[in-house]
Amino acid sequence: MKTHSYLIKYGEIGLKGDNRFLFEDALMKQMRIALKKTGGKFSVTKTNGRIYVEALSETDEEDVYRALRRVFGISWICPVRRVEDHGYEALKEEVLRYFGETHPDRHVTFKVEAKRIRKTFPVGSQEMNADLGEALLRAYPELTVDVHDPEVLLHVEVRNDAIDIYSGMVKGPGGMPLGSAGKAMLLLSGGIDSPIAGYRVSRRGVYIDAVYFHAPPYTTDRAKEKVVDLAKLLSRYTGPIHLHVINFTDIQLAIYEKCPHDELTVIMRRYMMRIAEILARQNGCQALITGESIGQVASQTMHALYCTDAVAGMPVFRPLIGDDKQEIVDLAKEIGTFETSILPYEDCCTIFVAKHPVTKPEIADIEASETLLSGVIDALVEQAVAGDEVILCCDKKL
Amino acid sequence: MTESTREIYLDNAATTKVDEDVARLVLRCMTEDYGNAASLHKKGMDAEMRLKEAKARIAETLKCEPSCIFFTSGGTESNNWAIFGAAEAKKRRGKHLITTAVEHPSVKNPMQFLEGAGFEVTYLPVDKDGLVSLEDLKAAVREDTILVSVMYVNNEIGAAEPVEEIGAFLHREHPEVLFHVDAIQAYGKYRIRPDQLHIDLLSVSGHKIHGPKGTGFLYVSPHSKIRPMIYGGGQQKGMRSGTENVPGAAGLGLAAEKIYKNIDENVARMYALKQRLSGDLAEIPDAIINGKNDKSSAPHILSCSFLGVRSEVLLHALEQRGIYVSSGSACASNHPSEIHTLGAIGLSKERQEGTIRFSLSNLTTEADVDETVSAIRELLPGLRRFYRR
Repeated sequence: MKTHSYLIKYGEIGLKGDNRFLFEDALMKQMRIALKKTGGKFSVTKTNGRIYVEALSETDEEDVYRALRRVFGISWICPVRRVEDHGYEALKEEVLRYFGETHPDRHVTFKVEAKRIRKTFPVGSQEMNADLGEALLRAYPELTVDVHDPEVLLHVEVRNDAIDIYSGMVKGPGGMPLGSAGKAMLLLSGGIDSPIAGYRVSRRGVYIDAVYFHAPPYTTDRAKEKVVDLAKLLSRYTGPIHLHVINFTDIQLAIYEKCPHDELTVIMRRYMMRIAEILARQNGCQALITGESIGQVASQTMHALYCTDAVAGMPVFRPLIGDDKQEIVDLAKEIGTFETSILPYEDCCTIFVAKHPVTKPEIADIEASETLLSGVIDALVEQAVAGDEVILCCDKKL
Repeated sequence: MTESTREIYLDNAATTKVDEDVARLVLRCMTEDYGNAASLHKKGMDAEMRLKEAKARIAETLKCEPSCIFFTSGGTESNNWAIFGAAEAKKRRGKHLITTAVEHPSVKNPMQFLEGAGFEVTYLPVDKDGLVSLEDLKAAVREDTILVSVMYVNNEIGAAEPVEEIGAFLHREHPEVLFHVDAIQAYGKYRIRPDQLHIDLLSVSGHKIHGPKGTGFLYVSPHSKIRPMIYGGGQQKGMRSGTENVPGAAGLGLAAEKIYKNIDENVARMYALKQRLSGDLAEIPDAIINGKNDKSSAPHILSCSFLGVRSEVLLHALEQRGIYVSSGSACASNHPSEIHTLGAIGLSKERQEGTIRFSLSNLTTEADVDETVSAIRELLPGLRRFYRR
């Protein structure tokens, strides 16, 4: 039985300096967690600055890709054949065999990319490129060489402990491994954008908690269930998410009753921010995340963003700020949240909107309007935070 | 009081609670008489007996021959089959069909499909109570009309269409035209005699009469010819292939028998409850009952608009008290296409948006009705303060 091995390429971590091992260790930990979901046994090892995965039990290759493609920090997953050094001639034979087995269709263009990292190996990189190329052409006459844009790029890397042969690779999500940064609180609605915002920040190695504002009976339990589903989908990438469900009804009604209607959304957003920040501090988060994108809706104009941002006492990450809707939709489809996001349950943002919300709110006006809430609002906020319902969202399946 | 341990279920037009005797019989057919009715051995025979018994029970309720009953997967299949099966069988004679503007989507959508396939459909208008007129029908029937499909009881407002007059008229003047009746909301509430009403095809669903979901039947009168829609092993005389759902059919049969057992008494009780409910609701400011509210409408469906509140919000507020109703407005529903009677009877958008449908069953009590009304009385003022404008 051929061992089923993978070479893991991690783009940016390689640029780190003395603390690089911290990132590598975090990555390996996340890989092990992800691979566990396949039900197989694997060894994940680091040798000479490279991470290898070796299947120790029968496992479907697709399952391995499926698992690893959700691990932030991985840029490429390369199925690799690791062979011991038995001299150059033995290597040549192995390369021919490898190519024969992995490329049944030989009407392709190719190029050999040899690398002699262990300098005691008798044949140099350039020499190997030429000689292995020739040997392949002799063995498989249908092949054509293309040094500029080959369809198959065959890597042969002579390393200190073994020789790696690989050609195809599967793209990983990129980014940094979870746990290599801190934790942030995502304002999660049922829409398309906020899950993607969470994904984007988490891809930088950030753990995510989330808060959802529920307004029964104005929003339905199905809307809440949808948000739980979204958090579960997201958790395939971000790891388990603690979803905080906040009952926002009384706050919303107070705003509705006391404040000018065209300012409802902005004021509501400000209270959401305030509550999210309280929860963030209680749960060890160092930042907030929202799915806002400039100009997408009235509450996301520059003026409105200025007003909502003003209440936050910690950084607010808005990874989608410069994205077009279509770009966000494309990513949502790719990571699998889109279908759930477009289920037609209203959330509180869509129910309590004025017909013509103010698009250029002035902070002074908004602050003045908020004074109309004084006397009741602090208690309501306190009550909402105290009633925090925490749902652990994770997906144990592959 | 925000939470109630008691459950008040007033959404019986959506589905009903399965009768416990029915559930027991279904379980028995699954775990004991689990044979394939087509098998030659005793197990198969036992299953076949269950089907036979079910058919006989249903036939008894319609006073028809058991051979007229064909089991289906439910009301939607029955309606689809009646329409497509009739169109396919009669298309050489003509391609004109007549139905109403307020049919359930399982009639409306097949009709629309046929329009795209070269058939012509006339949709009869309804008046403010949701009723079609015989005069409109008379004017609509043509030389090439092959099918008239009219619902017995409207699922949104409970209007009972004049199927008796329509049947008599068609029988007298146009005996060659097939008459299909969607009786999904009527079966179990009315004594229906297809032969006397001159109904050729009649659709019924099991789960509206305390039977299992996924069950139903189509009655096909002895002289009517329609084409099958599902082909396969030739079960049910080749009219509806597929291994028979014996547990479902048995459950449906028993549910049918039970619902007709004390039907007069039960219907009278439901009318009284509906009267009580509508009388109390009518006293609430800006609450308007939709459609007719006397014995010319169905005993179990009451539609009421509450101005100044969105029905979905009221629905969820009631749900918090353990009271389950249905919203009857297009904008609030996740499936806008399913709700259109309210528009067809000319309700304003505001009135449509505030419409709740209450639907009763034999299990509904006076206390259920009273508690529901008092909950609405308590909730409305608060909810009306926060109406989106």
